[in-house]
Amino acid sequence: MTFDINVILQQMPAILSGAAVTIVIWIVSTIAGVILGFLVATGRRYGGFASDKGLGAIVDVLRGTPFLIQIFLLYYGGPFIGLSLDPVPAGLLGLTVYGAAYFSEIFRSGFDAIPVGHIEAAECVGLSRSQIVRRILLPEMTMLVLPPTFNMAILLIKETAILSIITVPELTLTVSAIGSQQYAFVESLFLLALFYWGLVEIASWLGHLAEQKLSRFRFNNA
Amino acid sequence: MSIKLFELLLKASIYTITISLASILIGFVIAMIISGALLSQQRLLKLPAQIFISFFRGVPLLVQLLLIYNLLPAIGINVPSIVAALVGLSLSTAAYQAENLRGGFASVPRGLIESAEMVGLTPGQIFRRIKAPIALRLTFPALVNEAILILKASSLVSVVGIVELTRMAQDLAGSTFLPLEIFAAAGLIYLVINIVVAQAGGLIEKSLPGVPR
Repeated sequence: MTFDINVILQQMPAILSGAAVTIVIWIVSTIAGVILGFLVATGRRYGGFASDKGLGAIVDVLRGTPFLIQIFLLYYGGPFIGLSLDPVPAGLLGLTVYGAAYFSEIFRSGFDAIPVGHIEAAECVGLSRSQIVRRILLPEMTMLVLPPTFNMAILLIKETAILSIITVPELTLTVSAIGSQQYAFVESLFLLALFYWGLVEIASWLGHLAEQKLSRFRFNNA
Repeated sequence: MSIKLFELLLKASIYTITISLASILIGFVIAMIISGALLSQQRLLKLPAQIFISFFRGVPLLVQLLLIYNLLPAIGINVPSIVAALVGLSLSTAAYQAENLRGGFASVPRGLIESAEMVGLTPGQIFRRIKAPIALRLTFPALVNEAILILKASSLVSVVGIVELTRMAQDLAGSTFLPLEIFAAAGLIYLVINIVVAQAGGLIEKSLPGVPR
């Protein structure tokens, strides 16, 4: 086996653009997923019985089926119900919705972990429901949900690779295309693995750092 | 969508279940070895185990599968693609299971091990009679969870040409021009399998004895 990484490195501009697409898609869909997940968790808590059950069923379906099937359904099935999306918007939408299902479960357990006494106290002093969510639940919950949220965000980095299958021009698609042009699959795939490995390690290191910085805000659960 | 198409999907899902089950079992054996290395005091054993876990948890499964699929022939090992798929899935789940087992072994109550030592059990006996059963009991819920993750992740072996549920759905969607119905049906089959696994796991867990403190 010949192992010549130079073949790949000559294509650096294309690789960097693929890496940029991966990172942008990851960040955008993570942020959108967190927001959507929070809305879902709030809707399940305060929207009444039907909204809790309905949203819960959607979350269960999203968590019980492979992401690849979801993205195929959206990208190939979407046009049949008038939802024709290009690969990039389809990827962004798919990843956001997929992530939101998991984020909503994290927020739901975060809500449940907040002492009932805090909420009752807020109700007693006359805070409205939206004030309770914004002033009590959100700040108290943030520290609790931070570690699992970071974990999920890191899992989403890896899910972006799946978008290559619906031809989103992200890193996996770019690098494997170069690999097949140059007939250097193994080199390109090694490079690819190293990139994701590095990105995941950096992201988890940043997550730990943020947790430490924010740990002074942790409320006393007693 | 006709019954015939649904039958084809159901048949393909047998491959999904078989591949997932085989990977979980092979992965479990590898994970036992790796968690042993992780808990060892020897740096020479511990470091490779840590690197293994970090790599297989840090790289997307799709990239792992493509790498193994292309690497094996490149170093002169010509195996059918099902072997590459099994190797990829097993190594990936081994990394996650090893981390779970490490946690399980670390949470075996210290007092139980000490009393076993007091009554004169050998280290081998302590492992077989005390540590292993308790660690496995503690990590059982995580194992069920991992089984569900692998059932979903097995959809990715479709890219190396294994005709399991996802690949069959792709092929049928292409040939019948009914992607909406076919992918929805495939999703439903995955969902049902996962619900069954989760329910069965819950029932088994209830029937298992508790862990003494």
